[in-house]
Amino acid sequence: MDLAFIIEKFSLVLLVFLISLGVAAYSTFFERKLAGWIQDRIGPNRAGPFGLLQPIADGVKMFLKEDFIPKNSDKWLFIIGPGISMFTALITSTIIPWGPPVEVFGRQVTLQIADFNIGILFIFGVVSMGVYGIMIGGWSSNNKYSLFGAIRASSQMISYELAMGISLITIILMSGGLSLNDILDHQKGINWNIFYQPLCFLIFFICSLAETNRAPFDLPECESELIGGYHTEYTSMKLGLFLFSEYVAMFISSAIISILFFGGYHFPGETYFVGNTLAIISILVFFAKTFFFVFIFMWIRWTIPRFRFDQLMHLGWKTLIPLAIINMMITGIIIAIYEGWF
Amino acid sequence: MTLELIAYILGGLTIGSALMVVLSNHPIRSVLYLVITFFFISGHFLLMNAQFLAIVNIIVYAGAIMVLFLFTLMLLNLNQSDEPNSKNYLSLSAIIGGGSLLLILIAALRDEFTFNEAIHENYSGLVENLGNTLFTKYLVPFEISSILFISAMVGAVLLAKRENQQID
Amino acid sequence: MESLTNRKKVVSNKPMTFIEKLYLPAIFSGMFITLKHMFKKKKTIKYPEETRVFAPVYRGQHVLKRDEQGRENCTACGLCAVACPAEAITMVANERKKGEEHLYREEKYAETYEINMLRCIFCGLCEEACPKEAIFLTDRIVPTEFERGEFIYGKDILVESIEERIDISKRQNTGKRGVV
Repeated sequence: MDLAFIIEKFSLVLLVFLISLGVAAYSTFFERKLAGWIQDRIGPNRAGPFGLLQPIADGVKMFLKEDFIPKNSDKWLFIIGPGISMFTALITSTIIPWGPPVEVFGRQVTLQIADFNIGILFIFGVVSMGVYGIMIGGWSSNNKYSLFGAIRASSQMISYELAMGISLITIILMSGGLSLNDILDHQKGINWNIFYQPLCFLIFFICSLAETNRAPFDLPECESELIGGYHTEYTSMKLGLFLFSEYVAMFISSAIISILFFGGYHFPGETYFVGNTLAIISILVFFAKTFFFVFIFMWIRWTIPRFRFDQLMHLGWKTLIPLAIINMMITGIIIAIYEGWF
Repeated sequence: MTLELIAYILGGLTIGSALMVVLSNHPIRSVLYLVITFFFISGHFLLMNAQFLAIVNIIVYAGAIMVLFLFTLMLLNLNQSDEPNSKNYLSLSAIIGGGSLLLILIAALRDEFTFNEAIHENYSGLVENLGNTLFTKYLVPFEISSILFISAMVGAVLLAKRENQQID
Repeated sequence: MESLTNRKKVVSNKPMTFIEKLYLPAIFSGMFITLKHMFKKKKTIKYPEETRVFAPVYRGQHVLKRDEQGRENCTACGLCAVACPAEAITMVANERKKGEEHLYREEKYAETYEINMLRCIFCGLCEEACPKEAIFLTDRIVPTEFERGEFIYGKDILVESIEERIDISKRQNTGKRGVV
């Protein structure tokens, strides 16, 4: 454990942290722009050229608002809630491989903060923790709408985690490892998982919409029924953290979707490049894929209306889970035949 | 040496948060302390190089079961007035019962109380090794427990299935 | 009975086909519609730089007119206050003194004339009620304020200045019934 290694990891952590926050900040801006375009409007265009300084203006506004804690709330938990949300949204980025190794000052730098051999399970662990921020925040506000939001969030997350996990078993079966690097090595070039597992992708995508509380699954904050849902009582930057963590989670889950199904940083024709050129192109390709999914997340949000709660449960338990199980069994059988078990 | 130090600190934290589960005066806080305890236990698993067990502990216990606990507790209207009056003899008997349990545990585990530093060389907690062990040495118990899970699932489905409602 | 318009539709409640139950075709067609809208011409008018053309009947901030010699038309008859459905108009009448003939056209004039712009609904009944062609609604927009008190407009704001007359020719033909 030499100093250079520590510096390398530290700067990588800082870089990933800043990129995640920056991308999240600009996806709030882009979401508003996109909503404008879809509704035949222009969207925010006043702050700076093309409105590009809008996220900064929003941030300043959030910080300068009155920070209010309700009298009968559980103060500590009320403060911790948004923190947990933000933390769980950010921590997933540790295991994302952002690109192939880069050479910096003669050192081979892996663009992954930590390579666990249980990569995917780590994602699940963190995602299952994500609900605590919403639950704690919603409960500690001591407001019935917040509580409704929290309860909806928890039941929704538990339901969709199941389908998500079962659908991913097929990917694990195909790549033969839990680490994200194993999964990436399996889909070099254009040998992407989406071509083998379109159904699995669909299930996973729907579940990740539900897990990030994005429309059409944004029932926990459903403003037409629950005022603001779990963040009804939140003001100032605590509210900002809740809203912001949604965008961070969206960015990270788009990155994970592109790794699991669209080959991450692999692209067809990558064998023609070597060294740092390959690394830079790969990183750009990876970000392009990720932003494409961020775009799709937003596009869906401004197209499809919100589910009713019973429809949500029906979709989760009666459609997605059986489909995922069937998909898993078929994949298992095909792999068994392929490996010559019969 | 540092590993041992970390293990002791982690152990202290685990016991502390586990005590807070019992001592905190609000059930929701108890559950949250229990979640923290699970995290510390996962830390212990990590120290023993059992990453799989650590993460499964977090997913299953902290991520799913405790969320359900929290879910139910939030739906209950837990006011101060609802709490049952704890009688003195109840707490006395609880202390006696818990104390004797502790005594038995100490007596049983007395010989195992030395901290084994070499334990992190053990790779049995990794996915492949664990899978190999489960599907060879412990195949029968593993399959029997899966039957248990299936029966529990069937039971849950039967309970949840709505009877044909008849409208008068 | 025979339908007159042939526009009625028979509502059916037939079960959905398998394709419809998948919902995916419907979802994709919806997504395609929003995608098309992304590239359509935007309807936004960038307000301070561009303004919309007002309709001739637009009813904005009131004006109390003066005649050609610069005398106030208003005679404080109170008909506008009576006509006002929101009860936004109040006034105090006073008698014209000797030597004030160049200020007020009639023998009686409004010493104070106040319109509460928070109450006003811009219906234009006041100008319809006015027998002296004194009050008109113009195409000026009432500016925003930060205090409630500032929304009570007195004569200092309402009466037009002699130098800068406010053109109400569009309203003169539309507001008054029967004049046209």
